Parts: sequence; C-alpha cells; structure tokens
Amino acid sequence: MTVTKTETLPVRSGDDVVRVRQRVRALAVEIGLGLVDQTKIITAASELARNTLDYGGGGDVCMEIVQAAMRKGLRLTFEDHGPGIADIEQAMTDHYTSGGGLGLGLGGAKRLSNEFHIESTPGSGTRVTIARWK
Amino acid sequence: MDRIPILKLGGALIVTIQVDMHDRLALALEEDLTAMIARTSARGVLIEISALEIVDSFIGRMLVSIAAVSRVLDAETVVAGMRPAVAITLVELGLELTGIKTALNVERGMALIQARLSEEDDGHESDRDRHEN
Ligand SMILES: Nc1ncnc2c1ncn2[C@@H]1O[C@H](COP(=O)(O)OP(=O)(O)OP(=O)(O)O)[C@@H](O)[C@H]1O
Ligand SMILES: [Mg+2]
Repeated sequence: MTVTKTETLPVRSGDDVVRVRQRVRALAVEIGLGLVDQTKIITAASELARNTLDYGGGGDVCMEIVQAAMRKGLRLTFEDHGPGIADIEQAMTDHYTSGGGLGLGLGGAKRLSNEFHIESTPGSGTRVTIARWK
Repeated sequence: MDRIPILKLGGALIVTIQVDMHDRLALALEEDLTAMIARTSARGVLIEISALEIVDSFIGRMLVSIAAVSRVLDAETVVAGMRPAVAITLVELGLELTGIKTALNVERGMALIQARLSEEDDGHESDRDRHEN
C-alpha cells in the first residue's frame, strides 16, 4: 500500500472542524467516492474531529490518499495529546458519553468506515484512524 | 454574532439551515426559536435542511433538543428536505431523531403542521358544540 497524498490540518476550534469536513469532502471526491460514501466518511470525520476538540483538548488530523492494488482509499488519523481514554471498550459503546453527548461518535465513526483503529494512553493522548475504500 | 433568521408563517416558524453549523450558531438558534415560540404561540417549527451535506451527532443533538423544547411549549417539530445520502448515513451513525417528524420537502412539512393546526381547530369546535348543547 502506498500513500499518494498527505495533508495535515489542525483541529483546535469549531471552525477547524468545518474546515476538516470540507477537505475530507474534496479528497473523497478526488478518489471518486460516490455520494453516500462521501457523506459517510465526512460524517465520521466530523465526529472524530469534534472528539479531538472536545475531549482531547485539540490536536491534528492527517489525511492521506492511499493506493492498494487497484483500490484507492482515504485514510484519516486524528491525534491529540489530551487525557486519553482509560476504558476504550466503554468509550466505544453506543450511548456512553462522559460529556453530555449522545455517545454515538466513536461507534458511529466505526460503522461509517471500512477500517477503524483506536489507540489511547491515559495521560498522553488518543489516536483514531479510519479509512474508506473506493 | 451570526444568527439564523426565523420566519413566521401562520402558526408555524420556519428556519432554513444553510450554513455549516457551528456550536455558537446552533446554541443561538435553539435560544431564538424557544423565545419566538413563546412569543408567537407558534404550534409548529419547520426546519429545512436540504443544504446540509451531513448531519452528525452534534447537529442531531441540536435537532432533538429543539424538538424537546418545542414540545414542552406545545409546538411540533418537522425536519424537511433531508438529503437521501444524509438519511442513509444517519441510520448507520445510530442517530434516532426522537420526537421529530420528517418530510420530503417544505411543502409537505407545512402540510403536516397545517394538518395538526386544523385538527386542533376541529377539536376546539367540537368542544364548543358540546358546550352549547
Ligand atoms: N479524543 C478523545 N480523548 C479523550 N476521550 C475521548 C476522546 N474521544 C472520545 N472520548 C471519550 O469517549 C466517549 C465517547 O465518545 P463518543 O464520540 O462516542 O460520544 P460523545 O462524544 O460523548 O457524544 P457524541 O459524539 O454522540 O456527541 C466520550 O464521551 C469521551 O469520554
Ligand atoms: Mg463524540
């Protein structure tokens, strides 16, 4: 698998979340994702960007176009150096929230992506990677 | 600060969400709608979202919370014009728009609200009839 394009954007404000959605849309269009798949990856990105901002205290997103065999994909990695998640299984559970949300962001982002990976170390931060393939 | 304009049409309030919503705008809209329902005794709130390219849990929560407050003030919330791709995505996200009616477009949304209003008028009339009899 090769990475054919890489961009990084900050996620430090509500306006940044809007910008992340716009860039993800542009990249999704660039790799030829259909409308429904575009909507799914943008929605997943919106959820993860908001978590990075609200719980991670801000961070970055690395957006990559990846190529594997004949397939193109969009891979997004959200990273923060916030408090981390002590119990990932609990955080992934639908409707679990520590902040008055709906508790759907992480589980929803997983369902809306073809690949989902989360790593978190309490005290040092969280990294969530998703990918959607054409 | 930007605010989303709210139109009043008969017994309904109409809001078109066109910009990419951010936190402050969402909170302002909720406040403005609540104040306006109370002031105008509106019985229906129509939220037109055909311009929204996504509805995430943040926007979803805003819609559900507007609907909950409206209901307490005796107004019904109808969300109109959701794009099909957005509707499909919402299901997978796991978001349920509890307490919200949906309509294909503004006309149908208004028809839902009008139907409720006229149903109530009928109800009031029969109350009166009973009273007179
Ligand atoms: N980057 C992060 N850093 C620290 N904790 C996080 C992070 N992302 C998620 N969490 C924790 O996981 C929980 C679940 O996240 P999820 O996105 O599923 O729901 P939510 O953000 O609480 O609500 P919603 O996304 O539906 O508005 C959060 O409440 C928070 O406690
Ligand atoms: Mg979330």
